[in-house]
Amino acid sequence: MDPNEHALHNAPFLWRNPEPKSSYDAVIVGGGLHGLSTAYYLVKNHGLTNIAVVERGWIGNGNAVRNTTIIRSNYLWDESAAMYEHALQLWEGWGEELDYDILFSQRGVLNLAHNLHDERESIRRVNANRLNGVDAEWLDAEAVKEFCPIVDISPEARYPVMGATLQRRGGIARHDAVIFALGRACDALGVDIIQGCEVTDIDVVDGRVTGLQTSRGPIAAGKVGLVAAGRTSLLTAMAGFAVPIQSHPLQALVSEVYEQILNCVVMSNAVHVYVSQAHKGELVMGAGIDAFNSYAQRGGLHVIEEQMSAGMQLFPQFSRARVLRTWGGIVDVCPDASPIVGLTPVENLYVNCGWGTGGFKATPGSGYVMAHTIATGEPHALNRPFSLTRFETGELIDEHGAAAVAH
Amino acid sequence: MFQIRCPYCGPRDEPEFKYGGQAHVAYPADPEQLSDEEWTRFLFVRDNSRGRYAERWNHAAGCRRWFNVIRDTGTHEMVGSYRSGERPEDAR
Repeated sequence: MDPNEHALHNAPFLWRNPEPKSSYDAVIVGGGLHGLSTAYYLVKNHGLTNIAVVERGWIGNGNAVRNTTIIRSNYLWDESAAMYEHALQLWEGWGEELDYDILFSQRGVLNLAHNLHDERESIRRVNANRLNGVDAEWLDAEAVKEFCPIVDISPEARYPVMGATLQRRGGIARHDAVIFALGRACDALGVDIIQGCEVTDIDVVDGRVTGLQTSRGPIAAGKVGLVAAGRTSLLTAMAGFAVPIQSHPLQALVSEVYEQILNCVVMSNAVHVYVSQAHKGELVMGAGIDAFNSYAQRGGLHVIEEQMSAGMQLFPQFSRARVLRTWGGIVDVCPDASPIVGLTPVENLYVNCGWGTGGFKATPGSGYVMAHTIATGEPHALNRPFSLTRFETGELIDEHGAAAVAH
Repeated sequence: MFQIRCPYCGPRDEPEFKYGGQAHVAYPADPEQLSDEEWTRFLFVRDNSRGRYAERWNHAAGCRRWFNVIRDTGTHEMVGSYRSGERPEDAR
């Protein structure tokens, strides 16, 4: 028998499928990338041993496998740059740490400028990034063409390319591999990953969380972390408070498989699309949210058409590419387009949400600071500014338009 | 893409419309009396429920008027629409 075939048919499961215990020291609600990352660091950095992740679906079903896999840290504001740069530095060692080939590829991220305003904002962001220790460069149109030969920089273009910012350390990773790696790592560290387990109520006694009611029975918990992205509002309502989040569909698409022609990530605010090419060869494209609230994990075809027409602007040759698949996920959008990671009005209940359209890139850093917050009961310095109370104090981190992408 | 029934023009495709978020959010009667917490709620917090949801739409590429729609955020089912000033029960 071919040993490879043997391996395929006898591939070991990457994680156990345990029955929930009656009680845990900490339970993470949400088995996505950020939830598993949180559990991973709770064990690795803080030594917790009796923890579970509960997931209503299954691991590798939600946004973990619906994102466009872009990783970068070139955010304008100090708080965001610190958060995302920390995450990027963790990405740089993560494949080795998790002992899994996550195909992390620092192929560079271009953010194109198409008008004078874009150019000025881009150069401002490059300078802000450099002051924060984030690698950033400004390229003129000729340099853009040199770095990414298939971008159309002709002056006849409807939105001519005037230049771009480049973060060379940015890039992509294979999202399926990341969620597999995290599931396996958590399981190996003794975390119970409980799939098919929907939270139906949150037990709060005297302002303190004591456990969860789930579709697989009650689970007592010393601490609870809500890491449920687009479904966070439904959970916090169970605990008696609201978060300033609106859940929207975010759609993406892939083309059929082609030879490698696009060597980096290309993003554009003005024509509004972001494009990369997966290792396997599909062109991966995404853009903005569908405008309306939804939990349905699908959106309108006209939004996909707009993405593709924007893609044609930058890469006329893609007009002959064919769409293989489109899909939608539900993203949790905050009024200031920045996440909420920290304490809640309920004692021992913590929330990590609001990453909106850009959570994938933050996966390691998000889990790292969330684990710190849960373990110590205090936010890490990196997530302290990303508090739920900032909407009351007015200390917003307004990344709408500033974050190198329109949301 | 779904169809939305504009109460003034009839059913049209979704790209003709702009979204306006949750309906029936009244401006505070006495804003100077609000606490920071109440002001936060008015400025930033909107219902984000799964199920039937009253929301505002503007027929931007048509009559350009605002109106309200009842839509299911879990299924995208269009329950009905009604004019500003009418009640959700009037949706059809």
